[in-house]
Amino acid sequence: MAAHLKKRVYEEFSRVVQITHEEAPAKKLRLSKPSKSAALHIDLCKATNSTDALQYLLHFARKPVEVESVEGVVRILLEHYYKETDNSVRLKIASLLGLLSKTQGFSPDCIVDDAINTLNNEKSHQVLAQLLDTLLVIGTQLPESPTVRLRLIQMACKHLSDTYFGVRNKCLKLLGCLGTVDAPLTKDNEGAGTSLGDVRDVQTIISDYFGDQDPRVRTAALKAMLQLHERGMKIHEIIYDQACRLLTDDYEQVRSAAVQMVWVLSQLYPESIVPIPSSNEEIRLVDDAFGKISHMVSDGSWMVRVQAAKTLGSMLQVSPHFLEQTLDKKLMSDLRRKRTAHERAKELFTSGEFSSGRKWADDAPKEKLDRNTVYLIASGACGAFVHGLEDEMFEVRIAAVDALSKLARSSPSFAEKCLDFLVDMFNDEIEEVRLQSIHVLREISTHITLREDQLDTVLAVLEDSSRDIREALHELICYTNVSTKECVQLALLELLKNLNKYPTDRNSVWKCLKFLGSRHPTLVLPLVPELLSTHPYFDTPEPDMDDPAYIAVLVLVFNAAKSCPTMPALFSDHTFRHYAYLRDSLSHLVPPLRLPGNGLDLVDSRCSSGSVESAQLFLQQSLNRVSTIQNLEAPGAQELLNFTIRDLQRLGELQMELAGAADFCATYLRCQLLLMKALQEKLWNMAVPLCLKQNVTATAAAQQILEETYKLEFLYGGLESRQVATIHHVRLQAKALQLVLTARTRQGLDPLISSCEKFLQDIESFQRLFLAELPHLQDSFVDTLLELMPRLSSCKPVEMVKILQTTLRQSGLLQLRLPEQIHRATATIIEPTGESDNPLRFTTGLVVALDIDATLEHVQDPQNTVKVQVLYPDGQSHVIHPKPGDFRKPAPDRHRLITQVYLSHTAWTEPSQIEVRLLLAYSSSSTTSLSAPKLGWSDSVDGLQSPEAAVEGTIPFSKPVKVYIMPKPARR
Amino acid sequence: MIHKLTLQDHATQPHTVRGAGQDVGRSCILVSIGGKNIMLDCGMHMGYNDDRRFPDFSYITQNGRLTEFLDCVIISHFHLDHCGALPFMSEMVGYDGPIYMTHPTKAICPILLEDFRKITVDKKGETNFFTSQMIKDCMKKVVPLNLHQTVQVDDELEIKAYYAGHVLGAAMVHIKVGSESVVYTGDYNMTPDRHLGAAWIDKCRPDLLISESTYATTIRDSKRCRERDFLKKVHESIERGGKVLIPVFALGRAQELCILLETFWERMNLKAPIYFSTGLTEKANHYYKLFITWTNQKIRKTFVQRNMFEFKHIKAFDRSYADNPGPMVVFATPGMLHAGQSLQIFKKWAGNEKNMVIMPGYCVQGTIGHKILNGQRKLEMEGRSTLDVKLQVEYMSFSAHADAKGIMQLIRMAEPRNMLLVHGEAVKMEFLKGKIEQEFSIDCHMPANGETVAVTTNPSVPVDISLNLLKREMALGGPLPDPKKPRTMHGTLIMKENSLKLVSSEQALKELGLNEHQLRFTCRVQLQDPHSDSDTLHRIYTHLKSVLKGYTIQHLPDGTVMVESIVIKVSSCAEDANTKVLLLSWSYQDEDLGSFLSTLLKKGLPSGLC
Repeated sequence: MAAHLKKRVYEEFSRVVQITHEEAPAKKLRLSKPSKSAALHIDLCKATNSTDALQYLLHFARKPVEVESVEGVVRILLEHYYKETDNSVRLKIASLLGLLSKTQGFSPDCIVDDAINTLNNEKSHQVLAQLLDTLLVIGTQLPESPTVRLRLIQMACKHLSDTYFGVRNKCLKLLGCLGTVDAPLTKDNEGAGTSLGDVRDVQTIISDYFGDQDPRVRTAALKAMLQLHERGMKIHEIIYDQACRLLTDDYEQVRSAAVQMVWVLSQLYPESIVPIPSSNEEIRLVDDAFGKISHMVSDGSWMVRVQAAKTLGSMLQVSPHFLEQTLDKKLMSDLRRKRTAHERAKELFTSGEFSSGRKWADDAPKEKLDRNTVYLIASGACGAFVHGLEDEMFEVRIAAVDALSKLARSSPSFAEKCLDFLVDMFNDEIEEVRLQSIHVLREISTHITLREDQLDTVLAVLEDSSRDIREALHELICYTNVSTKECVQLALLELLKNLNKYPTDRNSVWKCLKFLGSRHPTLVLPLVPELLSTHPYFDTPEPDMDDPAYIAVLVLVFNAAKSCPTMPALFSDHTFRHYAYLRDSLSHLVPPLRLPGNGLDLVDSRCSSGSVESAQLFLQQSLNRVSTIQNLEAPGAQELLNFTIRDLQRLGELQMELAGAADFCATYLRCQLLLMKALQEKLWNMAVPLCLKQNVTATAAAQQILEETYKLEFLYGGLESRQVATIHHVRLQAKALQLVLTARTRQGLDPLISSCEKFLQDIESFQRLFLAELPHLQDSFVDTLLELMPRLSSCKPVEMVKILQTTLRQSGLLQLRLPEQIHRATATIIEPTGESDNPLRFTTGLVVALDIDATLEHVQDPQNTVKVQVLYPDGQSHVIHPKPGDFRKPAPDRHRLITQVYLSHTAWTEPSQIEVRLLLAYSSSSTTSLSAPKLGWSDSVDGLQSPEAAVEGTIPFSKPVKVYIMPKPARR
Repeated sequence: MIHKLTLQDHATQPHTVRGAGQDVGRSCILVSIGGKNIMLDCGMHMGYNDDRRFPDFSYITQNGRLTEFLDCVIISHFHLDHCGALPFMSEMVGYDGPIYMTHPTKAICPILLEDFRKITVDKKGETNFFTSQMIKDCMKKVVPLNLHQTVQVDDELEIKAYYAGHVLGAAMVHIKVGSESVVYTGDYNMTPDRHLGAAWIDKCRPDLLISESTYATTIRDSKRCRERDFLKKVHESIERGGKVLIPVFALGRAQELCILLETFWERMNLKAPIYFSTGLTEKANHYYKLFITWTNQKIRKTFVQRNMFEFKHIKAFDRSYADNPGPMVVFATPGMLHAGQSLQIFKKWAGNEKNMVIMPGYCVQGTIGHKILNGQRKLEMEGRSTLDVKLQVEYMSFSAHADAKGIMQLIRMAEPRNMLLVHGEAVKMEFLKGKIEQEFSIDCHMPANGETVAVTTNPSVPVDISLNLLKREMALGGPLPDPKKPRTMHGTLIMKENSLKLVSSEQALKELGLNEHQLRFTCRVQLQDPHSDSDTLHRIYTHLKSVLKGYTIQHLPDGTVMVESIVIKVSSCAEDANTKVLLLSWSYQDEDLGSFLSTLLKKGLPSGLC
């Protein structure tokens, strides 16, 4: 403790404060940290025994060291190292050396000699291992120096024959990370008979240790070899045999690494030919490797099984013949005919010598088989996936499902085959696996057409009580091709059943039927009379238009009718009326139809209003038009902005693809409009006391602009740095406006000084952040300010305000360039719907859980940004952070939030509505940290922290939903 | 009746196996290993009602108590064909040694034994059968085992249990005496199911692996396929409004099917009731709840939220429910429809084609289950009445035995040196035996009941080596021993009081108090050489010098040539001056070089020498 205190004192003494001259601005302040080396030296000198020294070192390691003092510290450490007799202290010093050489900006070549020197004199194995580790760090820090590298490699080779496994491990690691292929190494091994200076390369040296007696060293050797591969070296093909031998190692980590090694080689030399032992046939290397890795899927250790199953998925070059065996647990025989799933069941019973266990007494022994055709295990790839998919550990099962999906995507015929197995996985006991297999099936569904029996099995899952499963399945049906009209009917029936059982699936089911209809128009056609229950002679009663099931049927029919012009002839009168109604109310589900005859031309005007390109053009033109604003008089300019904003808003509504861009532009222009209005106020010419009222509107405008800029920055995805600069520019203008207004209204100089300083900091940070963008901001507000910067930073506040005022009024509108892709983050609350008239009743003081189900589009990192706000009628509001697990990701750029919020309130006399909405939280520091380079080991960045205080806030980005609740007073 | 297996090492120690050879029914195997006698399982045959149902224990010891002969008894799992004869053996025949079984087996086994006793004694009225007290006394002798725990039975014998996955608590045992070891699998399952994991063993490389072979010729279809079919059939039947009867035995498969249906009901939100006939089951379910650690990954991981064996949808069955209208699923015992509740329900429901019976396992010939599975649609019941079977009959094998592929997989995992198949039908075992011998090239045995098999082992003999000797050898060779290249070294093996020691010869002499004797070989070689003796000697010297490079060769002034320590002298023959006689003499240590020299010199000297 005393030492600690002394150190504190020492630190305080050594604090250097640069006292600035009076005329220099007082803002610049530089702190200099105390020199670490001095403190350490003193500590180490004081240490009387090794325990103390170790304590000091441990304490020392907690704090970072700045670049300048690293070398000094290293010298002190080394000095102490030579004196130290205790192994643990030397070990710690060695590890500290490694840590220090990682310091950014420090070049460790000056300590290479010392480190190697210590290595030669070291006796303790543990310390040796640690020193080698340090050398590795040094080596990786000096990638450009081949001489150092060569020396290090020689050191490693020398110590490879150490008796301690740790040393050998580290040597191998070092060889793996630093070894080169181009320069063959001379392994000078004294004493041994092989020391004839034989030239061997790194790979041979490493592969020698594949047969080491210690499994950890074997693993390290394999890892080193993999490391070589990762560094872009071509591994020799001879290694393949050795790696294959290690697949049968006793230790799981060796086997696991060997699987990787074999995989790497199979990717490097897929077409080489290897002989099959015990026969004179030869096969491709990739096939051989595939067989061997398949074998590992039934390994004893589940880690290896996971590894093997994962690896299988990336072996795409394997021959289809081998691939298909992985799904076939049964015996291979050349005479086996290709079977379809229909035949499969029967064939399983009749084909073989082995009973399937599905039929009674089918295992009565039949004729004796030819021994040569029957393999149980040696047949390698045989049934690997069957095993993987019914593994005990769900990790293995998931890996197997993933691998299946990868292989199926590259091979349609395999996709066809693995269908049955994937469908089987829909019954897995773990939901994650079920979900994964549904997703996988969706991904490969382009290759396959489901037959009726398969569809039947798939659809059975629609009754699953898990919403995720059902929705994934709906998604799957959207992309599925079916073969017959019975299939369509079956799917419709099951979906209606699902709708009946789970009414909340309404939207999802409708969407699913939309795709089903538009995919199979010809299959739907013969079903139409039945579906719409029309009759050639009799009028049938008009179905209820509000029935979700009826709507579902109509969605299917209308979407099919889109590409099947003969269909509308089968519609009855009310169908047309319903079409008109649905086309309006559910326009996203019902396509525009060209309906024939009797003047009932229902072709929608909306769909003919041109393509995306023309809309794009219009958007660009509007923006161009706005750029001419500089030349217009104030009222004209405002009017133009007003019109453009209106146009853009309408455009956004009409053209969904451009909604984001249009909204973005409109918001930006609105900011400009506000700014313009605020600056055009006559108040600027009036005396301060007279214009208090106008001042209020201008202040409000400034505030609003600020808010809008945050929306612009954080609500829209796909912004480039250029746009962000533009947004920040507007914000800066708004801040300037605020500053000017403050100066005009408030009395007193002190607050003004601080806000002036703050503003200057803002400018600085702007400059720092958008250095690259500055050339694009010619003649803008910022540009002018930066020119005036020297003057600004030295002048008095009042003068500064004046300058600002004039620059602000002179500055024109900054042209907005539209980014390629821009998306507005949106959220829709699906549940609660806000339609219920039944209040949610609960007892005061207790909580009630409200289920929230919302879709989020284009939200990055929703786990951290999306919050739920609950607003009570009394103005109280709660913000709830949903758990990260509540977010699902059904599609790219789309998230699904399914969560529960807890409500509670004191007693009310009657039910009332609360509002629920989603908020997008933002923090301005998030952008700064993105653009600032990440600082490494040292946590001394606190001095560099941006002076701009992080502005945090939230943007509501969903329509509020009203929920009727009723807290009852507790009964006594 | 009892079959024997003998594991033999060089000392020819018999190793006996008795019980379930080529037969499914009654497991009892006697193993002699390294002088220890171990009984593996002590099962009974369900098909017999007389003496034949228990193994013939008098076969083991003609007279005298079993305790003296057996070192321990190990029970692999709680099925009666593996533990049914235990109270008979321990209490009535008399055995007081330790009995090993796992915790769940110890808990469940007495329930089954008691049930069995009740049926035989109370219902069938047999006498001379073990009593409840005997079951209790027997259980007192049980030592529980934990998975992967090495238990030292005595100084030399140790056993270790591995997970077998057949039923709750089923275990495989690794038995080790000295360097010899045996693995006995009991019944095991290599494919995990809804409530149990897969069998696992480490690469213990036993001398002998004794494996069951119930499904020696079966490769089962994907388990998922079967499950799906089963669920689909049940679901369809329920949707039609039919009733489903699933005859099961109280323990094992029943729990798996319960979990399967329970989770399916939960997932699909089904409302139809599932019943389970009461009795044994509730007690058993209780144990399943307790021994969560013995179940599979899913159940182990989720039991904190909810124990899978606390069924929500499955309720106890009452006789009157069978007549209730509407769909239902009923699990009823026994599993072969030969008696009891399952038969009663079957009779009630057989007439309706909407109903269904699903047979989940094996049926013995003669039972109703066997008949209906073979397609009989008219059954003769007692009292000459016939029963029309209109309901659907399905067979779904959910048996938890390893199939052929599973057996091979286990062999691959354990890497035994010899294989022995038991507990299966001879014809099927023959097939598998062929496969194993072909695939792994190891010996495979399949003894018949009562047959003794001797297996020769190749035990490694540990020898102490003196550190000095080792260091000296190290100094000669490289720094590290290379595992790939064996190295020869000189030393003396001393066998003393059951221990072996390898020491340097000097030390051996010292220890044994012996004097060192020199052994020298001398040899005469005749040589035709016209030169004088000294010239010949010189010629020999130059010749050797040119042939033996890297050896020290000296021409000594006393008329001898020394090659290392080999002395060569020359003298002329008395009769013929041209015939020279060479005298070679070398010590035993230089045997190699000496014999080389003698053969070299016998060839004569090359003429070109000066």
